[in-house]
Amino acid sequence: MASANERTNPTDTAVAAGSLRSGLSQEQLAQRMRKRGEESKFWWVIPTLYIIFLLLPIYWLVNMSFKTNTEIVSGLTLYPHEPTLRNYRIIFTDPSWYMGYVNSITYVVMNMVISVAVALPAAYAFSRYRFLGDKHLFFWLLTNRMAPPAVFALPFFQLYSAFGLIDTHIAVALAHCLFNVPLAVWILEGFMSGVPKEIDETAYIDGYSFPRFFFKIFMPLIASGIGVAAFFCFMFSWVELLLARTLTTTDAKPIAAVMTRTVSASGMDWGLLAAAGVLTLIPGAIVIWFVRNYIAKGFALGRV
Amino acid sequence: MEKTWNNKAWFLVLPVLVLVAFSAVIPLMTVVNYSVQDTFGNNQFFWAGTEWFEELLGSSRFWQAMGRNLVFSAIILAIEVPLGILIALNMPKKGWGVPVCLVLMALPLLIPWNVVGTIWQVFGRSDIGLFGYYLNKLGFNYNYVQDPLDAWFTVIIMDVWHWTSLVVLLCYAGLVSIPDAFYQAAKIDGASRWAVFRYIQLPKMQRVLLIAVLLRFMDSFMIYTEPFVVTGGGPGNSTTFLSIDLVKMALGQFDLGPAAAMSLVYFLIILLLSWVFYTVMTNYDAER
Repeated sequence: MASANERTNPTDTAVAAGSLRSGLSQEQLAQRMRKRGEESKFWWVIPTLYIIFLLLPIYWLVNMSFKTNTEIVSGLTLYPHEPTLRNYRIIFTDPSWYMGYVNSITYVVMNMVISVAVALPAAYAFSRYRFLGDKHLFFWLLTNRMAPPAVFALPFFQLYSAFGLIDTHIAVALAHCLFNVPLAVWILEGFMSGVPKEIDETAYIDGYSFPRFFFKIFMPLIASGIGVAAFFCFMFSWVELLLARTLTTTDAKPIAAVMTRTVSASGMDWGLLAAAGVLTLIPGAIVIWFVRNYIAKGFALGRV
Repeated sequence: MEKTWNNKAWFLVLPVLVLVAFSAVIPLMTVVNYSVQDTFGNNQFFWAGTEWFEELLGSSRFWQAMGRNLVFSAIILAIEVPLGILIALNMPKKGWGVPVCLVLMALPLLIPWNVVGTIWQVFGRSDIGLFGYYLNKLGFNYNYVQDPLDAWFTVIIMDVWHWTSLVVLLCYAGLVSIPDAFYQAAKIDGASRWAVFRYIQLPKMQRVLLIAVLLRFMDSFMIYTEPFVVTGGGPGNSTTFLSIDLVKMALGQFDLGPAAAMSLVYFLIILLLSWVFYTVMTNYDAER
């Protein structure tokens, strides 16, 4: 199914992005588009095929997580014939497994709190004031969001070794600030710029001090923005592996790293690997509902 | 919005500055430091000048990895951008389908990157994976562990699976911001579907499309985890991208000098791209 979807796409997409291909004349394209317009009651076909393509690999992972290893290796079955919870039981009873989740969530939450806390005042400054070097600073923040973690892996390892922070949650939380703080600043700046400046001015005239204004009036106004920024910090910290793996050895090892290690050591326990993978999908699947309308904005650094 | 000039705003920015300086500037200085020195262990360093840079820029290994990266990014963009536009154009605009589509499509974006790799590693295997099994059943001799072409195919389809939704969501955000009056006017004028797309939808999507292209280019340019998990850079070196090569050099072999030189060159490229991104963004904001 997935491959069929892939193969039909190039022709359709050529029509959609017609302007990119000069092979067809404007008139021919117009004709094709008109034909497509008439068939518009079948619009749902494309999103449906796409969603099936997205869900198939995930289904396969879930499917495997309920199988026994003998069933997995003995042949292809489209659904578990002897459903078992063994894989999940192992994860929830073995500390070296479930502590991976605890570690991940610990540093992710730490990172989220730090990122949003420092980003709030900075985003306010960027959205309300002009100051010496503001544009350079804003640009410099962006470069950190775009920086490849691979470049920072080794220097981070040495820096945190020097401070004796290796294998602590705070080390990973601070390392992830590299890309999450700029992200939070950009997203919050986008939301704050939507709040009219008159509100600030009125509050100051009414005798509010800056901190009181900020906490009592301004933060409730951009509550959704704070939520979105927090969510994206959570997410990017949750999905990152390279830095988290480099900076931890045992005590703060994230679940993602636990997965890679155990797989190579135990001669491919596929069922267990699949179950661990399924459990890492759950946090994202839960929170996604709350931010569904802001996903585009978050990924585009608040610029949509 | 008119902004007032106030240098005291620096105090508000200070926490960010300190934190990011700690997590970006200091490490980057270390890299600069290593890139011009040589070591024989024991923390003894010797001035090496531009030796590492010359070696790097003269090595075919670096240029090959760079070439693979560029080809990969080009293929990714050529597939994901048109596909993303097509899907966004056909997404429901109202009703229960909207949240369902948004949530299901965003799902791959929130999966930890190595789990994405794991999913496709399993999914593509010809013995236990649905995808690989049926490809072989259909007569394709597909094995991503041994055939470089199949490895590329797997890595690309994985990235399409992982990130096309980003393009879809961005385009969709651009599309829903078009007022209904535009479409009604087009209908009265008897505009074809193509004309509606070319003169109403595409211009409105231009900004989000630019963001999508730049983000996808940069993220695919520094891709590490997913191909690393699936192919480990192999077979041979066929899927060894810059990041994979760099980590191999820095953390695997501890070749500090060459790795640092490579980091700097890599970082400079990203810096240039970020500058393009930033200029494009600020120009757009200024026009509005």
